[in-house]
Amino acid sequence: MKGRTRRQILSSLFVAFCGGAVLLALVPLALVLLFVLSQGIQALNVGFFLGLPKPVGEDGGGMANAIIGTLMLTGLGSLMAIPIGVLSGVYTSEYAGSRLASLIRFAADTLNGVPSIVIGVFAYGVAVLPFQQFSALAGGLALGIMMIPIIARTTEELLLLVPTTMREGALALGATRARAVFTVVLPAAAPGIVTGIVLALARIAGETAPLLFTSFNNRFFSIDPTEPISSLTVQVFTYAIAPYEDWHRQAWAGALVLVSIVLLCSMLARVATRRLERLARG
Amino acid sequence: MGRKDLVFRAGTGFFGLLLILIVAAIAVELTRQSALSIQKFGLAFWRTEIWDPVAGDFGAWPFMWGTLYSSVLALMLATPIALGIAVFLSELCPASLRQPLVFLTELLAAIPSIVYGLWGIFVLVPAVRALEAATPEALRRLPLFSGPPLGVGMLSAAVILAVMVIPFTSSVAREVLRSVPMAQREAAYALGATRFEAIRSALFYARSGIVGAVMLGFGRALGETMAVTMVIGNNPQASLSLFAPQYTMAAVIANEFTEAADDLYLHALTEIGLVLFIITLVVNSLSRLLIWSMGRSRRAPRASAAGEAAA
Repeated sequence: MKGRTRRQILSSLFVAFCGGAVLLALVPLALVLLFVLSQGIQALNVGFFLGLPKPVGEDGGGMANAIIGTLMLTGLGSLMAIPIGVLSGVYTSEYAGSRLASLIRFAADTLNGVPSIVIGVFAYGVAVLPFQQFSALAGGLALGIMMIPIIARTTEELLLLVPTTMREGALALGATRARAVFTVVLPAAAPGIVTGIVLALARIAGETAPLLFTSFNNRFFSIDPTEPISSLTVQVFTYAIAPYEDWHRQAWAGALVLVSIVLLCSMLARVATRRLERLARG
Repeated sequence: MGRKDLVFRAGTGFFGLLLILIVAAIAVELTRQSALSIQKFGLAFWRTEIWDPVAGDFGAWPFMWGTLYSSVLALMLATPIALGIAVFLSELCPASLRQPLVFLTELLAAIPSIVYGLWGIFVLVPAVRALEAATPEALRRLPLFSGPPLGVGMLSAAVILAVMVIPFTSSVAREVLRSVPMAQREAAYALGATRFEAIRSALFYARSGIVGAVMLGFGRALGETMAVTMVIGNNPQASLSLFAPQYTMAAVIANEFTEAADDLYLHALTEIGLVLFIITLVVNSLSRLLIWSMGRSRRAPRASAAGEAAA
């Protein structure tokens, strides 16, 4: 080739820039994962999973209460979000053209974009202030509100993936719409809907901001929904901004547990989605 | 439609209605809880620079400034990278690499904010501090780089926000690029265009969607709380300096909400939340409108093609 033109050089530079951008974005990902793993693993031991937080100065201790707390908060959130999310997803896919459906879709997208801290302020106003008491219920409410739009949109999308012939088959046999949806369409989409729920769980399990002034924190073991409760995220935050070395170590261990939960959920969801897509195509 | 179908429609519609009611309730509740502050300060609340809860002086300008400044800086860092990623993954990447790379870039969005914050405090901030300390004296005289090298401050916040925003912008931009008809690029290649020129024409075709993707990232950056709170320095003073510790709307709520001892303080913080809600609502709606208009123009030709085939 006899000398490249300026246009060709520009083009190569552009391609190199795009490839470089991908590499550049992977640097922080690698750094974050590397530090969480290397720092976290040092403080991770049986005591971390079984022990309670110890006062400053005493080494050791763990986050058993925070792990239970996170499970409980996400559980409470799911109790509220799954019925609302799945059924409104059913509505928007069944009556896709109706005005209410587009309004629901708009509300879901809006809710999805509301900053989590604002959801926290809302939950404080309706579930903490009237009772003058931080509680697990208030935290669950905040997390539930954040889960609803994710579940609603994935349910809608996945129900639309179910082949119309299946629905038509049921209707042709004389089934009512409700029967067709609940016995044919929903079961066909069920793995996908479960995936959506898992994804929503992965996202809210890592939320801190909406819990700061709803479920607050609790140094002790608690499963009482009307009492303040600890969570992994709030505990990591408390430890991270405190000036104690030992607490920092615990914060990294907490971060490692959090990242593991989130990554595990995302990967599970990914495998399930792949299977579903193959089914829809096949 | 049978009676049972009506029951089904009403039953599922009820839950959808609940979703709408929640959004409405957020707006109403936030307004109600900030009434004292709105009545007392009015619009001056957003022009006042002094935030002194002890004295009862509440001015939210430093937070508004910090939120907008950090988000704009983050966008300036994130947008070229995010668009580069989107172009690479949708136009240039070998098919076998695509899925794993998509997964990895989206992993960036899966990592919890608090983990970014923890990493920010112990890894990013010291690095930024070293960088700030190494800045030549001549540059330090500029207002953009004034102040002592603390590490915590606007620069750290912008960097961490950029990292968190990239996956959102790039995944939407990728979808948008995928919706550009192949013919658009083929026509450019047929005219002898280089790869860059062909992709540029695709980007131009998709411009409204691309702007939408960037705005979506902006909306995310505005509301991001924990990571920013942990690295920005939490100092209610508006400044142009990248090195200065500052504050954002989300961060002040996160830090001070449980400390708010009197009603006025609480209402002032809630008003900040209300305005954050409104701003993100507007930004996100605009962004969706842009992305959606892109999707419409894409569907139009396909529909007409189907019509022709039927005829």
